[in-house]
Amino acid sequence: MSESLINYTLHLADNALILGQRNSEWCGHGPVLEQDIAITNISLDLIGQARSLYQYAAEKMNAAAGKEHPAVTEDTLAYYRTEREFKNCLLTEQPRGDWAQTVLRQFFFSTYQYYLYQQLQQYADTNLAAIAEKSLKEVSYHLRWSSEWVIRLGDGTDESNRRMKEAVNELWRYTGELFVPAPYEKELGIDPGSMQADWMKKVSAVFEEATLQVPEKIFMQTGGKTGVHSEHLGYILTELQYVQRTYPGCEW
Amino acid sequence: MSVQDFEKIFQDKIDNETKIEPKDWMPDAYRKTNLRQISQHAHSEIVGMLPEGNWISRAPSLKRKAILLAKVQDEAGHGLYLYSAAETLGMSRQEMINDLHSGKAKYSSIFNYPTLTWADIGAVGWLVDGAAIMNQVMLTRTSYGPYARAMVRICKEESFHQRQGFESLLVLSRGSKEQRDMCQDAINRWWWPALMMFGPRDTESTNSDQSMKWKIKRKSNDELRQQFVDMIAEQIKILGMKLPDDKLKWNEERRHYDFGEINWDEFWQVVKGNGPCNKQRLDARRKAWEEGEWVREAAVAYAEKKKLKVAAA
Repeated sequence: MSESLINYTLHLADNALILGQRNSEWCGHGPVLEQDIAITNISLDLIGQARSLYQYAAEKMNAAAGKEHPAVTEDTLAYYRTEREFKNCLLTEQPRGDWAQTVLRQFFFSTYQYYLYQQLQQYADTNLAAIAEKSLKEVSYHLRWSSEWVIRLGDGTDESNRRMKEAVNELWRYTGELFVPAPYEKELGIDPGSMQADWMKKVSAVFEEATLQVPEKIFMQTGGKTGVHSEHLGYILTELQYVQRTYPGCEW
Repeated sequence: MSVQDFEKIFQDKIDNETKIEPKDWMPDAYRKTNLRQISQHAHSEIVGMLPEGNWISRAPSLKRKAILLAKVQDEAGHGLYLYSAAETLGMSRQEMINDLHSGKAKYSSIFNYPTLTWADIGAVGWLVDGAAIMNQVMLTRTSYGPYARAMVRICKEESFHQRQGFESLLVLSRGSKEQRDMCQDAINRWWWPALMMFGPRDTESTNSDQSMKWKIKRKSNDELRQQFVDMIAEQIKILGMKLPDDKLKWNEERRHYDFGEINWDEFWQVVKGNGPCNKQRLDARRKAWEEGEWVREAAVAYAEKKKLKVAAA
């Protein structure tokens, strides 16, 4: 039970960190200054969520391990785990692509987080519930911001509509995984599938306003939640972990 | 009233420390000088996001990553206020950005140097933001109202950044040998370019007299540079590091630090576009702007559609 709770917390943290890392690639390169600030803000929120979750996981792990083990910290969890140990969904690690892909991915993910954190607020583990409650305010903003962009680009110009369609085509296959429970979720009695109908309803409504089609049933890629990732994750971690791994054991 | 009368009223206001506001009469040269300076300052904030942004993905801890992201985001915010302040002088943000991209408008040369190691991020915060603050504190009292007010807010954030930069170097200076070497190396590379940020020597500086008379500037380049050297020469003692200048020495008589000569050839080369990253910085800005064009167009098209729908309803 305790191990599953740790794994689940790491899964939530990894989602937030990897998407935060991806979004941060826009910092200084956004399409217009106001949106450069907005996407950086979302990145900061996600990294903040990741930190709270890693800190909580570290606390649990240290308590379980007893004192003879080296202390686990938010940074050892982020910087010293390998590709196969990360449990983020495939969706979060996909390249940032163009602005259409970035806002669509954010929309898919924020919609998911929005329903997830609402459920988690009621969860028996009060620490996770508290993190969910705090994060929900941020996620509500991310959802509003990303919905508006999906609509604006979907119903903007021919080019922006074409790019949104391409983004849907590219990313839809990674949305199924959000709702497939990993073993640690099953053991904790958490069923992400229970949110799928709400998620689909929200996505359909926004797509309709954006003049976009919800794709027909297509094959969904999975594996990230259990550590079987796309080839992108290795490169993300190579960059993210470079300094820590080059100079191990230092304070920064 | 004649132009001479207007000029007298204008100069009286300045002499009496009354701020000049956008709708006030002002000499054309005053408008142009402020526009050039404020837009250049705005561009510096935006281009300045690039060397620091270079380390966001590789920041060595989650805390440092969050601090750096927030810092670079602050620079974007500074760019926004400054573009708004400059717009009050009659040029649109779009026009200013075009001038940046065409090379007509300048930005601070300091951002044409590369950030090679993590320690550079601390050194940029401490030395580059530190040098910028000297200038900006003076500018909180500049005669053009919108610029002075933008500076008040910017200064608060910049001094926070400078402390963060220093603190980040302090951790390195107390760390492993590799960390201490990295720290010293970054200081060695950023020290002279930071001194160049204050511009040419007073004897070489054009426009300075007029800018002083109009209270756009209140201190000369050399005065500000000296103030900076005096501050950093003390702060570096806490780091236990050295500034790369054999001539740096306290002068009891002047009550200031003496320091060596800046390499003015390098200064002018970087101004002319031959710094190590001039090309990359401008290319990155142009690329972001060009790749964002379809996004901006879509946003405008959507807003217009929405307006029509509202009008029809």
